[in-house]
Amino acid sequence: MSNEGTLKDKSARAETEAPGIKKAGRHVSQNEGLIFEKSVTGKRGIEFPPLDVPALDPATALGAEFARGGVEGFPEVSEIEVIRHFTRLSTWNYAIDLGMYPLGSCTMKYNPRVNEFVARLEGLATEHPLQPDKVSQGCLRILHDLQKCLLEITGMDAASLEPVAGAQGELTGLLLIRAYLESKGNARRKILIPDSAHGTNPASVIIAGYEVENIKSNARGQIDIENFRQFVTEDVAALMITNPSTIGVYEENIAEIAEILHSRGALLYMDGANMNALAGITRPGDFGVDVMHLNLHKTFSTPHGGGGPGAGPVMVKKILEPFLPVPVVTEKNGEFALDFNRPKSIGRVRAYCGNFGVLLRALAYTLAYGPGIRQATEDAVLNANYIRKHLEDVYDLPYNLPSMHEVVFSDARQKRHGVNTMDIAKRLIDYGFHPYTTAFPLIVSGALMIEPTESESKEECDLFIEAMRSIAAEAETNPELVKTAPHATRVGRLDEVAAARKPILRWKPRQHLDSTPHKVTATAVPTA
Amino acid sequence: MRYLPKSQSERQEMLDAVGAKSIEALFETIPAKYRLREALKLPGPLSEMEIIDYFKARAEETSRGYTSFLGAGVYQHVRSVVTDALVQRGEFLTSYTPYQAEISQGTLQAIFEFQTLMAQLTGQEVANASMYDGSTALTESVLMAERLTQRHRVLVARTVHPEYRQVLATYAKHLGIEVEEFGFTASGQIDLASIRADALAESAAVVVQSPNFFGVLEALGPVAEAAHAQGALLINCITEPLSLGVVRPPEAADIVALEAQSFGVPSSYGGPYVGVIATRDKFVRQMPGRLAGETTDAAGRRGFCLTLATREQHIRREKATSNICTNEALYALVVTIHLCLLGKEGLRELAAQNLAKARFAQEAMKAIPGVTLPFSGKIFNEFVVEFPRPMKHINERLLAEKIIGPLALDRYYPEQNNRGLLCVTEVTPRAEIERLAAAIRKIVAA
Repeated sequence: MSNEGTLKDKSARAETEAPGIKKAGRHVSQNEGLIFEKSVTGKRGIEFPPLDVPALDPATALGAEFARGGVEGFPEVSEIEVIRHFTRLSTWNYAIDLGMYPLGSCTMKYNPRVNEFVARLEGLATEHPLQPDKVSQGCLRILHDLQKCLLEITGMDAASLEPVAGAQGELTGLLLIRAYLESKGNARRKILIPDSAHGTNPASVIIAGYEVENIKSNARGQIDIENFRQFVTEDVAALMITNPSTIGVYEENIAEIAEILHSRGALLYMDGANMNALAGITRPGDFGVDVMHLNLHKTFSTPHGGGGPGAGPVMVKKILEPFLPVPVVTEKNGEFALDFNRPKSIGRVRAYCGNFGVLLRALAYTLAYGPGIRQATEDAVLNANYIRKHLEDVYDLPYNLPSMHEVVFSDARQKRHGVNTMDIAKRLIDYGFHPYTTAFPLIVSGALMIEPTESESKEECDLFIEAMRSIAAEAETNPELVKTAPHATRVGRLDEVAAARKPILRWKPRQHLDSTPHKVTATAVPTA
Repeated sequence: MRYLPKSQSERQEMLDAVGAKSIEALFETIPAKYRLREALKLPGPLSEMEIIDYFKARAEETSRGYTSFLGAGVYQHVRSVVTDALVQRGEFLTSYTPYQAEISQGTLQAIFEFQTLMAQLTGQEVANASMYDGSTALTESVLMAERLTQRHRVLVARTVHPEYRQVLATYAKHLGIEVEEFGFTASGQIDLASIRADALAESAAVVVQSPNFFGVLEALGPVAEAAHAQGALLINCITEPLSLGVVRPPEAADIVALEAQSFGVPSSYGGPYVGVIATRDKFVRQMPGRLAGETTDAAGRRGFCLTLATREQHIRREKATSNICTNEALYALVVTIHLCLLGKEGLRELAAQNLAKARFAQEAMKAIPGVTLPFSGKIFNEFVVEFPRPMKHINERLLAEKIIGPLALDRYYPEQNNRGLLCVTEVTPRAEIERLAAAIRKIVAA
């Protein structure tokens, strides 16, 4: 095994120094064990002011029934060690701040730094969610201002800022549909979902107590309008659709789809994950959407932070407003308040009043652009089309419709050489890019889903194009090189099967004393 | 626009390359009648300085200069500049969910450390990579218990955070989960005797919170025993995890739903916070949320990757354990760094300081004529106070003294209209506790 490692490392050097790779070079990164492995009894990383009231012995105060000795295994390290530990870990990550992050459907755009600054202001970061409205006017006004902006951008009538993620927005929207239909006498049974949808859609439908009925996309990746008519029976509560769809194409019959649904008493839900293609250009409220959510951590630039937090505000038409979750932010003569007195409300979806810190950042983003948000959308769509234009002769384009903010290729051509979308994605890492989204949407076999966003310069797009073309060539001339990528990272492809078969989900003292697989060899060549 | 890295000539060059006559041509699939002809009516554009001015003005319209005695699930504790400096590194802040393990080892190892810290703290075997917050962690714990037991009823203590119970009600309603509540005794602890054995035998779980919403510690052993005897699970909810620095961990519980905001996360008017679910190894495949696991690459080097993804929506769609996708990763990192700084000693010392401050505040309240402490149970850093006047009367006058007083309990418990929930932590100066006591003494005497 160690022989293999050495050979691999040698080839890694060769391949990362190849003249074809312009964006990335090599540099040394620090090795670092787990924080628990650094712990030495008696060290600490923080000190407190002395206690200004009489001390109390916890053991005596709590008694044997409740008192605890200490937390077994908790780390004991100094401040500098904490700084180095997490700084070293950070250097092992790729990030938007380092370069293009073309994950389709994820809208990895620049996260403005001023948003971080204002989120930390004393008087905003320090506020308690249960404090009286009288001393929360600044927070409430931020929420109210954001609400107004989001309503203008989406063309909807009312909003709830309560949901804290896209998936929670979906659930909230579905509960609103249910409450509305119940008020009409019949909640109905089913939610229609195209087969190109995100996995959260069907998962949210189940929690809302509905059944999922999948509808097949037609040969063009769109909803087949004639076929669709037959699906919309008395049992159907709503259609849940992503527009543009997950292949980055505008659903051309969306207004007609809305009409069909409405004529049969059903509603149209729009997953706003791809709103980055529409903001400032067109408004869901105008083309027949009844309820939608936005992902503020996508379109509105709040940082993904390695997986979260997000915010998934829900925007609705008037008919759904009475059912919005509590609390709702209201304004009367310049006084802002949280309204809990809403008898038809679906209830609470989360404690307190939403992810305020995320909502605030989204407002900062919106204020930076103002009406100019249209330019961001235009640039995002231009980037996607530019990349498509320069790659469509080397990668298979399964749906040849005009692209909006993202383009979806398939690995059909490279598969002939035994190279699949995951291999290409991993090889992109060697070229200094984060991979695109692989193997989604499900309607494209071996999908390469590329969303550059507006944050990429022409130069970065050109480098990406060059890398993708170079990999396409490698797939023909040296498929092994692509199939074994990445070659320049701290670790190679990890054994995910073993990870799932015998899960090790936490550090334990003994298990790590027996083995030393974490000792990274000196020849490991890290990048990024 | 400063966020957009293109000149006009570059835009034209790219349009030419694409073969589009104009930028509008790229939007022609949108029917013309739905394309906006006018600019959106939005405030802005604002420069960086103007954005800062706007938010500074908003920050002036809040509680600066006030002393707050609010807790109730959101706590003011020390935060270190070290934590904030580290989480603002772009490599953490601006990275995505670590699906591409080879270039996400930093995030993945940090998650693994978070899971370990949470398991150690709660005395459980395994913890997930975070949930939205405590309220949704609790709700998801109930759904998890339902899957594990195939029972569709749950018994919930009225001493569990009322807003958490409201969230549970919203989710449970359409899943056919029946939620039954049970009361508390004069100690402020759950009334275990009020739970019937036949109700337990039909229930997926008993849900309690410790310290509970009244700040009182619950004895988990007896309730676990009662639940297990009837095949039900025990779910323990924790909204003040700092208590675990001195209080016995909920080892008797089968599932722990925790809000970790206390560990370095700002109160930020309600979020983002950090929910966590911790449980026994044998239940892990029914646990919602992401998990990072340890593994190796082909050269035998240790690495971490997301694992057991077959529980999750992106693989299982409608059969997933939950619809959760985005979680609170960055704030889980805040918690991780904060706990590493605290370490074993710091955690204990901080918890002990809270205990002492709360005792001091209890004595100060008890010394006021007409003011009583209605519950006799042991507490950590918050407790219920009963006043001879309605809370509204007390709090309006305290606010005039720039004090945000105890949380009026009648907001959630209409029958407890003269009672408030008072919280003190290590950041509440003794002088402010004394100022509060003096102000209340005056208000009550008037």
